[in-house]
Amino acid sequence: MKIPAFTLPAPLARVGARLPQLPPTLALVAGLNLALDRVLPRDTLEPLAGKRLLLKVTDAGMALRFTLTPRGFRPLLDSGRPDLTISATTRDYLALALREEDPDTLFFSRRLLMEGETDLGLLVKNTLDAVDWDSVSTRLAALKLPFARQLFARAH
Amino acid sequence: MTSPRPIELVCPAGSLPALKTAIDHGADCVYLGFKDATNARNFSGLNFDDKAMAEGIRYAHDRGRKVLLALNTYPQTDNWQRWTGAVDRAATFGIDAVILADPGLMAYARKTHPDLRLHLSVQGSATSYDAINFYYEHFGISRAVLPRVLSLAQVEQVIANTPVEIEVFGFGGLCVMVEGRCALSAYATGESPNCDGACSPGKHVRWEQTPKGMETRLNGILIDRFADGERAGYPTLCKGRFEVGDETYYAIEEPTSLNTLELLPELARIGVRAIKIEGRQRSPAYVAQVTQVWRAAIDRVLAGGQPFRIEQAWMAELNKVSEGQSHTLGAYYRPWK
Ligand code: SF4
Repeated sequence: MKIPAFTLPAPLARVGARLPQLPPTLALVAGLNLALDRVLPRDTLEPLAGKRLLLKVTDAGMALRFTLTPRGFRPLLDSGRPDLTISATTRDYLALALREEDPDTLFFSRRLLMEGETDLGLLVKNTLDAVDWDSVSTRLAALKLPFARQLFARAH
Repeated sequence: MTSPRPIELVCPAGSLPALKTAIDHGADCVYLGFKDATNARNFSGLNFDDKAMAEGIRYAHDRGRKVLLALNTYPQTDNWQRWTGAVDRAATFGIDAVILADPGLMAYARKTHPDLRLHLSVQGSATSYDAINFYYEHFGISRAVLPRVLSLAQVEQVIANTPVEIEVFGFGGLCVMVEGRCALSAYATGESPNCDGACSPGKHVRWEQTPKGMETRLNGILIDRFADGERAGYPTLCKGRFEVGDETYYAIEEPTSLNTLELLPELARIGVRAIKIEGRQRSPAYVAQVTQVWRAAIDRVLAGGQPFRIEQAWMAELNKVSEGQSHTLGAYYRPWK
């Protein structure tokens, strides 16, 4: 399936920016922690430890701040200057997650912005690219986790 | 293993999923590198460890395709073993060929692994048949990748005068400085692309959205400033906009991508043996999109018959993933020599 082009309506970003950012951040870090060690190699991601990461979903007005600690990903509750900021729209994040778009392509067309420590951004991008969903979905299916197979079947 | 196809499509892979994607979309060969400075795309998180390498080779060989290993940077005396170690690992893994630039390493590979197939990397900067034949006589190279600086007539002349197979770049980013001889990135960062394996390494790059536009800096040097909506490019010095006199412009090179799709029948006619797609730093999505288009185009040329026709959709797909505003035929199509 190809994701159609869309941007969430502008008022949503204004409303979204005023909503508490903690719930979506918690959802994000929960997902990341589920993947950590199982799908995402912790040693490769080591350079992210203690770094302040900010994921901006521009059309939803969301700004998710988190970091990597020895106990996994954790939300950051203050708004100190991030070491790495990644900004894109909901649609483009989805397309990246489903491997329908290449990050450099989005970057060339100014739909993806990476500010701060570029090397951390490259590390994140390349680590996600290296996840072999074929073997992940087989392993998860073996675990019989509810919905896991359907979830990952969509991801590749 | 030689391919039954007269022209091989050689596609990039920076990760195992990219390799599988390339093969699933019709690549004849995939080229890749280890996770260190022994190859020219040494970026954080990119490339193959031993496990991914073994699985990638198995995946390719099960489907009758080939895997080539880029070991195309230059070792120094204090790290020589790392490069020879990489050649040894490649040989034990059953890699189909290693792509080398350094003559010392080539001598080592030839002596230690007489059956290992050797390709001369674009980083070797061999632009004449004399240079290529030298490598052939001394190290028995089977193939040479030509730098992206020769015109089509020059490529034809090289092919006519060497027993070595010739591979050319068909698509992707451009590097103007007679590949392998550029000092721009090393000048700005202190790290040489040819020894450390990366032009404009990530740790020296900064992007920043400012009121004047999106600025990109390489180790503090302002490379470019993009207005809203203007297409961006990689932060390489050669493709920056600089103030020269009282004009600010791309003083060295415009950020365009190479796309030789329309030259394909010519490349086939003059006997080019393989076409290389640039982009090991790119994601599986790019590999899928580009491989698919080139597979279809090469198949159409090989089928012969009617005059070669390019689908509009092919060009649109390739332009979408390109760096810069436009694409170019590069040096292949120019009247001067
Ligand atoms: S600065 Fe440009 S010409 Fe020099 S190595 Fe980098 S890409 Fe190539």
